[in-house]
Amino acid sequence: MLSLRRILTVSATLGILLFLSFFLEQRLQAVAFRVVMLSGIAVVMAVSLNLINGFTGQFSIGHAGFQAVGAYAAAALTVYGHNRIFGNLPRSGQLPDTLQGFLLGAPAMICALLAGGLFAAVVGYVVGLPSLRLKGDYLAIVTLGFGEIIRVAVENTEAVGGPRGFTGNIREGIYIPNLTSFFWVYLMVVVVVVVSRNLRFSVQGLQYLSVREDEIAAQAMGVNTTRVKVNAFVLGAFFAGVAGALYAHFEQSVSPTSFGFVRSFDFVTMVVLGGLGSITGSVLAAVVLTALPEILRSSLGAEFNQYRLVAYALLLILLMLVRPQGIFGRGELRLDRLFGRKGGGGPAGRDNVEDQPAATELR
Amino acid sequence: MQYFLQNVINGVQLGSIYALIALGYTMVYGVLRLINFAHGDVFMIGAYVGFYAASAMKLQEQPTLGGALLQLIPVLFLAMVACAVLGLIIERLAYKPLRKAPRLTALITAIGVSLFLENGGQLLFGADPKFFPSVTPQGPKGTIRIGELIISVDQLVLVIAAALLMAVLWYIVSRTRIGKAMRAVSHDADAAALMGINTDNVISFTFGLGAALAGAGGVLFASLTYAKILPLLGVTMGLKAFVAAVVGGIGSIPGAMLGGLLMGLAESFVKGAPAIGPFEPSRWTDAVAFVLLIVVLLVRPAGLIGNAAPEKV
Repeated sequence: MLSLRRILTVSATLGILLFLSFFLEQRLQAVAFRVVMLSGIAVVMAVSLNLINGFTGQFSIGHAGFQAVGAYAAAALTVYGHNRIFGNLPRSGQLPDTLQGFLLGAPAMICALLAGGLFAAVVGYVVGLPSLRLKGDYLAIVTLGFGEIIRVAVENTEAVGGPRGFTGNIREGIYIPNLTSFFWVYLMVVVVVVVSRNLRFSVQGLQYLSVREDEIAAQAMGVNTTRVKVNAFVLGAFFAGVAGALYAHFEQSVSPTSFGFVRSFDFVTMVVLGGLGSITGSVLAAVVLTALPEILRSSLGAEFNQYRLVAYALLLILLMLVRPQGIFGRGELRLDRLFGRKGGGGPAGRDNVEDQPAATELR
Repeated sequence: MQYFLQNVINGVQLGSIYALIALGYTMVYGVLRLINFAHGDVFMIGAYVGFYAASAMKLQEQPTLGGALLQLIPVLFLAMVACAVLGLIIERLAYKPLRKAPRLTALITAIGVSLFLENGGQLLFGADPKFFPSVTPQGPKGTIRIGELIISVDQLVLVIAAALLMAVLWYIVSRTRIGKAMRAVSHDADAAALMGINTDNVISFTFGLGAALAGAGGVLFASLTYAKILPLLGVTMGLKAFVAAVVGGIGSIPGAMLGGLLMGLAESFVKGAPAIGPFEPSRWTDAVAFVLLIVVLLVRPAGLIGNAAPEKV
């Protein structure tokens, strides 16, 4: 319920994010700020993929496809909705980095986030329903193929730029606005993490876990496994769409090639590296795998990028051979444990059971 | 009519390649219940091995038909051996330690191997495309006309070679001891082991066999359709071939052949279809496979020939 404590927490979070938003945007160098933003978007992607791959034990490898759907849907909304709804935004899409600019863009950003998320969720439902009725392997291949269909569909849609990519309605001179600020990215990070964490301890979430642990047993206990899988898939797709909306209004351009196989595998690597099922693991892996290449690139030069992908692949194979449960396993990184305070009773003991390397049970 | 037959010919040509790759997917899935994502990349390696072998052997250009066959066979053989060895190495290093591990772990490893081959290929072979030298008779010598219909020697050789390879595979699986062992392992690995079959050897053999077929497919594809040879060649080809295996019924060898042919025909007809108003079907060729996949999964989840076994508890 709406307790005072909750209201305080929410408003404090919003306040801190808003403060950081203006603070970081002015203080950080452009490159560093970019890394911060892209890390945040990657976190939304990884944590939402973790809902499908980690919690529910299904294996989706086309998550970038949903990001593409969200990105294109949101960008099309802000560009083609400019004349009717968002007429007060500058046509060039360049909003000033001030509080005024932020407030001006806020309604459009909220609409874009919702549009991207909902659109991706609907597509997720359509894609997920046939494949999730079957056992895990099929989902992998359908999601992979789905990414391909999205690419072909986008390349054949002139309204969103076709193969050239989409930067706006060039004929009318309306461009994708730069709505995505630090505030929105990290607000979405907070939302996706809180939703995941709460889900983890809810009845719904326990059903997700039961499907992961043993689908047949779950079914025998009365869990509608197909519905649970589709739910997780749609929720994951929703947040991927949200991440897409953030991405489109950050880069101010989207292209069909920026969401290919390779990108999807990046997210899978993040989730697996962090530990399938671990929220903090996904967050950390997403930040590290986004920031590290950027840092290494700036110190080692562009040539490094070729080796990066080979290194990723080897990392993935070695990890599976040596520590298949990922770095954190299913456990979560907890601040109170990190600093040696043993939780002080209460909820801290709750996920102790989860800490055992349980990957042998993964099916 | 002529238009229809021309599409059939193109479809059968493409379909034979899909079928050759799909066989490897389906056989490995049969014995291991693993989608070997790296299989498409073995196909790519096969194309490169063929290319380098052909360049090193300085094949004669514009030969007669007999000469063309004589110089293609060693190239094909070399690529098949190289790919079989590669398949065995992949199996031994990456999959064998995970024999008892959960399937998801093996699946992720397979993706890792696939990414490794693709990106390793990019480092090793470079990102610029390579082209196979033309090693078959060209021009009027290289085409057969039946009425209005034009069949190139390339197409004929490709389809016949693929058919021969599949016949050999069929013989191995259905008439030899090791083939019998493969079928037994695919039916029930534990029971097969109890009957004294060395399942590890059978699985390795299956990997080698599948990889050799993929290698052959790579050489045939690169040398006879003049496709660009790229490190990412195996991604879409492998994916479509896998879809073909699922459409036919994964685990079923005739299913893979049928699925491959169907896929080839479907793509060739969409590619050749005339535009309907502003809608140009040919631009959607790459999506055909996946639409087909989703339809088949909805209607017949076990595939056209496969039969769905109930999950044992």
